[in-house]
Amino acid sequence: MKIEVLGSGCKNCNALEAATRQVLEQLGIDEPIIKVTDYGQIAAYGVMSTPALAIDGDVKTTGRVPTIDEITGLITAAM
Amino acid sequence: MTTALPPADRKARPSRLWGLVAAVGFAWVVGYAVNGRLWDWVVYDLVGLDPDSRLGASIHFFVYDTTKILLLLGGIIFIVTVLRSFVTIERTRKLLGGRREGLGNVAAAGLGVVTPFCSCSAVPVFIGFVAAGVPLGVTLSFLIASPMVNEVAVILIFGLFGWKVAVVYVVFGLVVAIAAGYLLGRLNLERWVEPFVFETKLRGKTVEPSTNLPWDDRIAMAWQEVKSIIGKIWPYLVVGIGIGAIIHGWAPEDLFVDLAGAGNPLAVPIAVVLGIPLYSNAAGIVPLAGALADKGVALGTVLAFMMAVVALSLPEMILLRRVLQPKLLATFVAILGTGIIAAGYLFNAII
Repeated sequence: MKIEVLGSGCKNCNALEAATRQVLEQLGIDEPIIKVTDYGQIAAYGVMSTPALAIDGDVKTTGRVPTIDEITGLITAAM
Repeated sequence: MTTALPPADRKARPSRLWGLVAAVGFAWVVGYAVNGRLWDWVVYDLVGLDPDSRLGASIHFFVYDTTKILLLLGGIIFIVTVLRSFVTIERTRKLLGGRREGLGNVAAAGLGVVTPFCSCSAVPVFIGFVAAGVPLGVTLSFLIASPMVNEVAVILIFGLFGWKVAVVYVVFGLVVAIAAGYLLGRLNLERWVEPFVFETKLRGKTVEPSTNLPWDDRIAMAWQEVKSIIGKIWPYLVVGIGIGAIIHGWAPEDLFVDLAGAGNPLAVPIAVVLGIPLYSNAAGIVPLAGALADKGVALGTVLAFMMAVVALSLPEMILLRRVLQPKLLATFVAILGTGIIAAGYLFNAII
């Protein structure tokens, strides 16, 4: 599984990364979180409001920090 | 999200939440209604300061205005965030996609007001719009209107200047955004956009971030937003109102009239030029502007000053530099600055 956090270092981007890391630990998944910070790349995903969470190249949420429950749901659905 | 909850909880949560919203709403109305009387009593009766003294008037101005503005901000940010959870930047882009210039600029400025947008995402929005085929001038209209006519600025102007000035600010802000974007579009400046923007290929389907959210999530989101915005801007607000209170009580009546009253024809451009490097957000600058207007600075000059600070800030220019080459950025600043100066003169002329 490829997990990416899209965003260029705003406060919410860090919050999303932390929340995702927490979910991965809970689920016992040993995958790195790839941080995409380049504006061109972020835009190429079709994302205009950061932070965004992409799993296996698919953007799942944008513009907000989802709850732990929601992230868990998204990641288990992709397994 | 709520899908993880058992059905019983899902039913129980929204009603409790609505009750809470109603209770907080009631407390808000009561607080707003007694604000003036409460501080009259505390400052003049309890502490015993003289309403006609400088110290008494300044302290009253400070505590009364701070409370009023915080209440207004909290209430309106909450409502606006709930409403905005139905509008997304992706939808806005879709609406603007096929537009020509002219009408497109009008639509872009209007959507700039209602679309949730933070200046930290100005760059991805710019790339996303332009790469999807929204014309450059239309995109720029959106990017001008969005920070300038944002809810925090409008609420503060409403709270400190009254609704007439707030309406004028919104109308002039929209006109400046439409006209500046239209003009920039006519100049065919696409060659001065960083080339990678046009090379960006949009892939994947666009995600609608929050259109299917349940109501309790929207309310939770709005509450988060109130906390995050007020948490971010309160220091600016306190400093701005504090300086305003000092000007209110101590600055000599004619100090600013000589410098920037209706008699000085250069006051508007000077105010705009001063406003560009001044980095503050609406929360810090509107109370200060309110005190300046109290002391006889012409209202058009004050409006132009606020617009310049909010729409032409240096940090935003630095962000936009990533997608706009220096020549285009300079043209953007020159046209937007001229538009704001014109709005200031026009307002001074009609008042």
